[in-house]
Amino acid sequence: MDMNQYLEIFIEESQEHLQSLNQSLLGLETNPKDMQILNEIFRVAHTIKGMAGTMGYTKMTNLTHQMENVLDDIRNGKIDVSTFIVDVLFECLDFLENAVNHIASNGTEGNASADDIIVKLNNILVGKNAEAAVTAVASEAVDQGFMKFNQYDNSIVAKALEQGFNVFKVQVLLDSGCMLKAARAFIVFQTVERYGEIIKAIPKVEDIEDEKFENEFSIAIITSENEAVLRKELESISEVNKVIFEKINEVEVELMDSAQVNASEILTDGSTQNEEKESGEDLHSKKSKTGKTVRVDIDRLDNLMNLVSELIIIKTRLEGAGADTTDEDMGEAVEYLERITTSLHDAVMKVRMVPIERVFNRFPRMVRDLSKELGKDITLSLSGEETELDRTVIDEIGDPLIHLIRNSIDHGIEDKEERTKKGKPVTGNLYLRAYQDGNSVVIEVEDDGNGIDIGRVRKKAIEKGIISQSEADTMDEKASVELLFKPGFSTAEKISDISGRGVGLDVVKTKIESLNGVVEVETYSGKGSKFIIRLPLTLAIIQALMVTIGSEKYAIPLNVIRDITTINADSIRNIHGQEVVLNRESVLPIIRLNKVLDVDGSTADAEEEMTIVVVKKGEKHAGFIVDSLIGQQEIVIKTLGKYLSGIRFIAGATILGDGQVALIIDTNSLI
Amino acid sequence: MAANITNKYVVFKLENEEYGIDILRVKEIKEMLRITRVPKAPSFVRGVVNLRGEVIPVIDLRKKFNLQQRNDTGSTRIIIVTVDEITVGLIIDTSSEVLEIEKEFIEEPPTAIASIDHSYIYGIGKVGARLIILLDVSKIISVTA
Repeated sequence: MDMNQYLEIFIEESQEHLQSLNQSLLGLETNPKDMQILNEIFRVAHTIKGMAGTMGYTKMTNLTHQMENVLDDIRNGKIDVSTFIVDVLFECLDFLENAVNHIASNGTEGNASADDIIVKLNNILVGKNAEAAVTAVASEAVDQGFMKFNQYDNSIVAKALEQGFNVFKVQVLLDSGCMLKAARAFIVFQTVERYGEIIKAIPKVEDIEDEKFENEFSIAIITSENEAVLRKELESISEVNKVIFEKINEVEVELMDSAQVNASEILTDGSTQNEEKESGEDLHSKKSKTGKTVRVDIDRLDNLMNLVSELIIIKTRLEGAGADTTDEDMGEAVEYLERITTSLHDAVMKVRMVPIERVFNRFPRMVRDLSKELGKDITLSLSGEETELDRTVIDEIGDPLIHLIRNSIDHGIEDKEERTKKGKPVTGNLYLRAYQDGNSVVIEVEDDGNGIDIGRVRKKAIEKGIISQSEADTMDEKASVELLFKPGFSTAEKISDISGRGVGLDVVKTKIESLNGVVEVETYSGKGSKFIIRLPLTLAIIQALMVTIGSEKYAIPLNVIRDITTINADSIRNIHGQEVVLNRESVLPIIRLNKVLDVDGSTADAEEEMTIVVVKKGEKHAGFIVDSLIGQQEIVIKTLGKYLSGIRFIAGATILGDGQVALIIDTNSLI
Repeated sequence: MAANITNKYVVFKLENEEYGIDILRVKEIKEMLRITRVPKAPSFVRGVVNLRGEVIPVIDLRKKFNLQQRNDTGSTRIIIVTVDEITVGLIIDTSSEVLEIEKEFIEEPPTAIASIDHSYIYGIGKVGARLIILLDVSKIISVTA
């Protein structure tokens, strides 16, 4: 069979499973006794084993198989979770991740060998098995032909036998051509229940009802009748091909037998053991799946988004046309169309939104590894994982965050000794927060380390020739911190594996700006530093204020506007070459857009009363002088393309209702 | 772009010279569109236009080649060209025809062409008595100076 068509699904699903494995392993480290986590890990290992097996990836299959054995023993209390075991399990995870990545790029598992890890897993198994096998006997499931009883079942069986009832295991085989298997099974159940009680069914009763079985199923019955009567009744049901009875006389004896079977299975990786798990685990995984989902290629979503964008442009055009006519019907229709396109836009947006959890998930592991490596004690606290962002942003934001977190761990948080010396708690804290703020999403990376050493930053910048000595002397704190984002800058004294290759923060900045976001730093000497990333909620469609400057139309994104006000021309003061006005009891810098954007024929300067759009960038504000306001409008952001990508002050373009192109002002670069 | 696969060229006029662009680079030829000026763009970038929902920069070839400026006329056209996924429009005086020029009729550019910077030129095509300056579009787009 051609497996290629399944390859993509395999890779995607494996990656998802590995991510949840990663999370569970971290959970296991802090809660070694948590059965739920263990079950989850087991489930994931099992699923991957199944998938890899189907695809013919033997290394992954072998490794996960051995993982299962270890996990099973942990689950049964034969092995206690130790740091060593968790480390080995993490190694397994790394191997699997590498294998999946290799498959994604080359289609094969790669040359890396899993043997070392398998040996380690084996050692864990063998080391504990000898004494554990005996003690675990009582709790082990009983292997009895086609159906296994657990402890609870056994106690019921024992009681029934005591009271003189007959206990049978019955395997029912239906005709292979049977059309309504569930209905047949139902008749079998009804028939049996006339004579006794069904205490167990494999598969589960619900699954049988849903026809989730092949042509056979098994039930365990407690009845006062004998085998012959039941057999006759069951065999008389049409489409029942064969009924196999097994009478159970003793519980204890079989327990002993199974103990031996189990012990040998553990040592020889017998296949029966796995089948047992398979049935159990399948049920588990079915249960944990909630909701119905569809996988959609992101390109299709992009296409859908583009179409919605086009629709909004044409809607705006209709609005313009509708305003000129007095036709009431037309006005109503346009209004209705507007409501629909807005809802449609929202709906498409929502489809594209993904919780940031997807990105945050990998950080606990990273922090754990890095802090171990550096001998630092660091607690990572996450919050706001449920905050949603556009899928494209999610895909891109991972690397910048890794940089920032590495930075904090490497440069920010001090050694244990140094922290003790300063009277700080030995354990350093790293906070990763995400939250929505108006039309943007804010991600903060904060540490309680030493903060940024401004003096050293300046010194380094001079050494690297980024600034001159005289520039450094006149530089304020804020500007100095900004130096960190200059290309080729790195303050690490020694180049470490983790950061300090000088390709850090400028890459972060470029990346975030390419996503139309901004990054800022707050630092407190000796107390820590905070990197704040602001990202737009959506990349494609925004609300904007349309303004005119001269004869040109420009758009200012609504989410950056604080308010709109008018001032008198003579209230503008000039302070150190910067024009300002007093607004709301604070000094507001004034920016004349007609000058900055070289617009001819602007009348704004001649007016006595000026219209000012007050725009914010983080905590900073500035007033933009415009000629006049047109109004608020939903606009579709288009890029200016590669050819004009470096243009200052312009964030992009949009197409107005009349087909004209209007530019979107990049307020961040102007403040 | 020196390695041409076809030998067909879109020929247009600028000032008194005739120029040719490899037909595979040309997406379409449009009549003048409404142009929105882009501040801080290089002077030869007249602005951006809306080409069926896409925002495309347009380059004024007269400015690019340091020719004398003149007002657009009814015959002014925008040739939309695509190079390495970058699409731009080129404003030209008038477009005339598509010509087939065989390789043997294409000569190396002379070192001194008075009118324009010859780094954009990769050859001179001879069609009868006419001389057609063949332009390397990728150079026009990549050299932003």
